[in-house]
Amino acid sequence: MSWDFSNIKEWKVGDHPAGVTIPEGGTAHQYNTGGWRSEKPEWFEDRCTHCMICWVFCPDTSIEVEDEKMLGIDYDHCKGCGICAEECPVDAIEMKEEEK
Amino acid sequence: MAKTVALTGNVACAQAMRQADPDVVAAYPITPQTTIVEEFSTYVADGLVNTEYVTVESEHSALSACIGASAAGSRVITATASQGLALMWEELYIASSYRLPIIMHNVNRTLSGPINIHCDHQDSMGARDSGWIQLFCENAQEAYDTTLLAVRIAEDHRVKLPVMVCLDGFIISHAIDRLDMLDDDDAAKFVGEFDAPITMLDPENPITVGPFDGLHGFFFEFRRDQELAMLGSQSVIEEIGQEYGQVSGREYGLYEAYKLDDAEVAIIVLGSTAGTTRVVVDKLREAGVRAGLLKLRSFRPFPAEAIAKELAGVKAVAAMDRSLSPGQIGAPLFQEVRSALYDHEPRTPVLNYIYGLGGRDVSLANIEQVYNDLSQIAEGEPVGSVIRYLGLKE
Repeated sequence: MSWDFSNIKEWKVGDHPAGVTIPEGGTAHQYNTGGWRSEKPEWFEDRCTHCMICWVFCPDTSIEVEDEKMLGIDYDHCKGCGICAEECPVDAIEMKEEEK
Repeated sequence: MAKTVALTGNVACAQAMRQADPDVVAAYPITPQTTIVEEFSTYVADGLVNTEYVTVESEHSALSACIGASAAGSRVITATASQGLALMWEELYIASSYRLPIIMHNVNRTLSGPINIHCDHQDSMGARDSGWIQLFCENAQEAYDTTLLAVRIAEDHRVKLPVMVCLDGFIISHAIDRLDMLDDDDAAKFVGEFDAPITMLDPENPITVGPFDGLHGFFFEFRRDQELAMLGSQSVIEEIGQEYGQVSGREYGLYEAYKLDDAEVAIIVLGSTAGTTRVVVDKLREAGVRAGLLKLRSFRPFPAEAIAKELAGVKAVAAMDRSLSPGQIGAPLFQEVRSALYDHEPRTPVLNYIYGLGGRDVSLANIEQVYNDLSQIAEGEPVGSVIRYLGLKE
């Protein structure tokens, strides 16, 4: 089942499912939270050992990984909390002030 | 065949839970919890139920675990009281907003401080806007019956709201009372199989529960939907109460009108004090006083129209509140009863009698005094002070 919420702003009383239960999983992916960020993690691939500690610690799902290799950071969902930079044992992630 | 037993209200509730056989009970087993879940835990240990019994570290966690279990698709029942309900506060709103059919006993005990473990309705009254159906019981029989009713009401797909079964602390919860129980088979047949409105444990059909409204702005419309569900539950509560009458011989509505048809003076009250009041009504009737009683069972939803209709023609009404709302004009039941009558002519005078706080006993003489006050107003005496305190040393 998929959930068409394209006109959600126009929804009236009775239009949403009871308890606003969405008949679909993983819907957070469709909601970008990157705009909340004031600091931006920057990844330095040359220093990265692909230990996946950042992936474990990221409270969102903003560390993009494929085949046990880090690919980069999902800036659409990273809120800039800086935990990845704090936890990285080889300083391969640095926090930089977000530019306008 | 029904059997007649002598049980405390708490054991009566636990027995009804046993018959409803919940999938999950999560409860905090220490004070201010009462013996409902303690008794039920023995049924689990004895293998009488198919329940996953989760003991948690707080009442906040108890309701949180119930919410998770209910969202997963389980029949869930729990119990709380007083400070325990207070600690569940934020979860009350979560449970009702997810539209989860959780059933919870609240043994009505006051909120501290000063520390006082005894009966009043302050705990339930504070939760009156949380989106839970609130049914009040008069005695152990009603506590037992209402538990079975609550399962049906909460789980009805026209309702899908959590139900709080409220019973007076100690007066009902800990006193041994005579009651009739349904046979296990009849009770099981009445509550039926649980048909989960949602389940989070179906990998073929994933769902998102409790999503973020964000700035989409459906929150306001959602709240109105919740209100409509509550209003719509009135007819379902009545329908299920009638069906229960066919099974048990005891029919339940949103309220019980006792000798109200020709009443000139009437009391509206929740909980065990209705029993005390009924005795006084009978005594006054013998003396020629046209006294009546409206025992309100369903405080949420509040059957305002029906109350106005039942009390039409009564010359003076007393709304009895076992709670106090500092800074308000009277306590909750009074406010709502008077509001329900406001649009109806002639406008009946409604007095508020605040009574029984912290377990202060309410006697037959206290109730008779209320009817005497009402009779004077019915005969044309000035109303005087509207907010009154029954049994207060002042």
